[in-house]
Amino acid sequence: MKEVEVRLTVNGRERSARCEPRTTLADFLRGHLGLTGTHLGCEHGVCGACTVLLDGATARSCLMLAVQGQGHEVTTIEGLGTPENPHPLMRAFSEMHGLQCGFCTPGFILSAHEYLRENPRPDRQAMRKDLSGNICRCTGYVKIFAAVERAAELMAEPEAARS
Amino acid sequence: MTWVGQRVARKEDLPLVTGTGTYVPDFNLPGTLEVAFVRSPLAHARILNIDTAEALSAEGVVAIYTGPDIRDQVHALVLDQEAAPPGLETAAPEIHPATIEILADAEVRHVGQAVAAVVADSRYHAEDAAELVRIDYDELRAALDPEQARLPGAPIVFDNVPNNVQARYRIRVGDADAALDGAEHRLAMKIRSQRVMAAPMETRGVLASTVGEETTVWSSTQIPWAVRNSIAGAIGVPQRQIRVQIPHMGGGFGQKVNVYPEEVLVTYISRVLHRPVRWVEDRVENMIASGHARDQLHNVEAAFDSEGHITAIRDRFVLDSGVACPYPLSSAYNVASHFRSMYRIANFSIDAECVLTHKMFNLPYRGAGRPEAAFVMDRVINAVAQELSLDPAEVIMRNLIADEEQPYRMGMPYRDGHEVVYDASGFPAAFERLLELIGYAEHRRTQAQLRAQGVHRGIGLGTYVEGTGVGPFESGQVHVDAQGHVVVYSGCAPHGQGLDTTMSQVVADAFGITPEEVVFRAGDTALLPYGVGTFASRSVVTAGAAIIESSNRLLKRIKAIAGEMLEMAPEDLEVGAGRVRVRGVPSRGVSFKEVYRAASPGPGARLPEGMDPGTSESFYWVPPTVTWGFGVVGAVVDVDPETGVVDVRKVVMLHDCGRVINPLIVEGQIEGGLVQGIGATLYEHVIYDESGQPRATTFLDYLLPTSAEVPEIVQEHLEGTPSERNPLGVKGVGESGPISPPAAIANAIIDALSPLKIQLNELPLSPATVVAAIERAGAEGPLHPTGVKIGFPASNQSGGFLR
Repeated sequence: MKEVEVRLTVNGRERSARCEPRTTLADFLRGHLGLTGTHLGCEHGVCGACTVLLDGATARSCLMLAVQGQGHEVTTIEGLGTPENPHPLMRAFSEMHGLQCGFCTPGFILSAHEYLRENPRPDRQAMRKDLSGNICRCTGYVKIFAAVERAAELMAEPEAARS
Repeated sequence: MTWVGQRVARKEDLPLVTGTGTYVPDFNLPGTLEVAFVRSPLAHARILNIDTAEALSAEGVVAIYTGPDIRDQVHALVLDQEAAPPGLETAAPEIHPATIEILADAEVRHVGQAVAAVVADSRYHAEDAAELVRIDYDELRAALDPEQARLPGAPIVFDNVPNNVQARYRIRVGDADAALDGAEHRLAMKIRSQRVMAAPMETRGVLASTVGEETTVWSSTQIPWAVRNSIAGAIGVPQRQIRVQIPHMGGGFGQKVNVYPEEVLVTYISRVLHRPVRWVEDRVENMIASGHARDQLHNVEAAFDSEGHITAIRDRFVLDSGVACPYPLSSAYNVASHFRSMYRIANFSIDAECVLTHKMFNLPYRGAGRPEAAFVMDRVINAVAQELSLDPAEVIMRNLIADEEQPYRMGMPYRDGHEVVYDASGFPAAFERLLELIGYAEHRRTQAQLRAQGVHRGIGLGTYVEGTGVGPFESGQVHVDAQGHVVVYSGCAPHGQGLDTTMSQVVADAFGITPEEVVFRAGDTALLPYGVGTFASRSVVTAGAAIIESSNRLLKRIKAIAGEMLEMAPEDLEVGAGRVRVRGVPSRGVSFKEVYRAASPGPGARLPEGMDPGTSESFYWVPPTVTWGFGVVGAVVDVDPETGVVDVRKVVMLHDCGRVINPLIVEGQIEGGLVQGIGATLYEHVIYDESGQPRATTFLDYLLPTSAEVPEIVQEHLEGTPSERNPLGVKGVGESGPISPPAAIANAIIDALSPLKIQLNELPLSPATVVAAIERAGAEGPLHPTGVKIGFPASNQSGGFLR
């Protein structure tokens, strides 16, 4: 099949690669750009493991084509933090045991990131609904809630220090 | 400081939270070929012809394999891991090995069975070509109902399994027949646990890469050693030419406790083509071609007196094996050994049959027979209460085994052949504490009032026991390396359980270091000659014992070597902070690094007379039998009688898992298990239609619990019965969560609607099931304004049901 050039901004960097036009954004990120932190749990838009941020908003990368990302800004889990400099959400998920097998975790962290941006002071009842687009089979979610609450504290700290 | 008992955050988390983990699909080996399977669209058919010509010429295709192509090179898997051990003679189990073809040879036996494998330069191209493979089938009559499938004239799934009965057993304790005949009261119920699936978030996947004679197989499996041995056997190569390793792995829950055809075939193809070859299962494949679970229909009878003491249970059940039940002793026999739970029931009779049908095979799934048993037992207890108009809590209490009766002997063997003898106590105290925590007395006081306000709230109760830490063995090896690190190898296969952290806590205490300083490696057949894996609530018990025993042996060894170096008696030495020190003179000692050097072979060795070189010790731990955990669970639900919708508000669980090494991890196991149990109770169902077509093939049809469905969870670890059957005093915990939710939630719904005296004996408890139960119970009752007839005894004047 004829390939096309796809250009997009990923984690703040201009990236381009050639792929078949039918290539999903998830497969493009994983296969063509080597960003394998984006996981595929169902490939039909239910489980949320493949969640990325598209221009800052969560999107299912399994349901999008790479060409649809052309010209847009994509943030994957690798763009949020690194092992050397983990994002507060990453630290909080570990601290509160918000993961077991870790397969859903990158997608969950990106959804939680969007949730906390809109709700810097999380409410557990609201969170139950707002985070229900990501499925975790291991944790029973309880410690994910705790992790998101802990991340909110960690993320508020620098501001508190400044004020 | 002691690390055991601390809420230590996990060592394994950093790659996982940062997206730098490596699961099977994440490897990027140059030249990797990808496989797509052509799978049977029919439940049962003869294959007339397979035409691969067009597919072979499609873009990117390297090879295509069919059953006849590999007939002489690759043997079918014949899984007979569960031959009955000595001690099970009384149960007289009859088990036919499960045959699992690598690719269907002449006949397909379930929708989703692999018929051809397309190998191409990308998964996209492999899938394109898979669509071009033409297969002609002659459709045959399928066996789909296990009760029918065992009768003469039914379609036969495998010729070597007469009447499709793949496994059966019988247990007789006391005389249930006589007790039932002479009973004051008796009841009979038909109770079904539906077919479900584990649905780990990562599907299965396997990548094989061959260098010279050796193939490394990275597989998402819970049993790497069995996978290695089966692959080697099926393709006829020495076991040591196959190395199976688990990379990061996205859950298993029992679905990955089997050796699958894809693991064999992908390895074979890699060895034939001399290329890395990978297959990653997609979700639809996972739902039709990875093991399903449960699927038992029980016909149970109970005898009881007018005070609710249960004097006998007689159960006959059929397990729908699908095309195979590779572990009948887990999936089916566990039902018998866990059936009577925490109750004193002297007369017990059970007959089980695992019956083959033309569906996907049936594997143990988290709990493995225990959730099914608990659902029957605690529905029976509840029905006894209903029958006698007693409070269910009272009936449970009257049947609980008292502390002075412990260690209670159940009068039958466990599946390891040893008699079931509980090594736990405190059942009544745990149950009383549950009632207190859940506010049972308060609920009884306020229930009618709430009902008058239109809130139909109920509390349901359940109990369980769990034999944990099953053998046959597990391996451990502990080393001090050249840099002075303490390195642990084990035959377990962690995939989310946090075993790196848990085992490191144990080893850290033994060597006086921190868990971060322990290097833990597992799930790799190159590490150790023997290993088993991670399943059945066994790893902390069995691997933990093997690791602590190896550690103790190594401590003895390094003290002896240090004694030689320091010219001290080993008894006068202690270990701490990476050194062997003279007791009372901490400044005098040698580092682990120096001990390593002294123990290395060569002219510089300084070993005690007669000691072989090395700073490594192994131990293979064979458990005497299982160790028994137990627990009690209560669920609080609100039910909408018009729609049948159930809102689980709260679940309270108290459990005994012996000594807790890491409370954070144990809590996570309980929470995750409970929520899986809620899913299996209310939402999840693998449905096959009357032609054998699976109807739930995506997460749109197979509903997993999301965060919105999670109730408040309260849990308490029961203190007091550390196991005496292993050196760490631990009991397994991984499977305990999902055992009791089905019974507790069903009983809670029944309690919420108690005036109607409904019965809920079939899972899942979907809104339609609940409404149907209300309709059945209320067939004679007043007509509800919405047209739903609901029963409503005249004696109850609250009127709550007709708000």
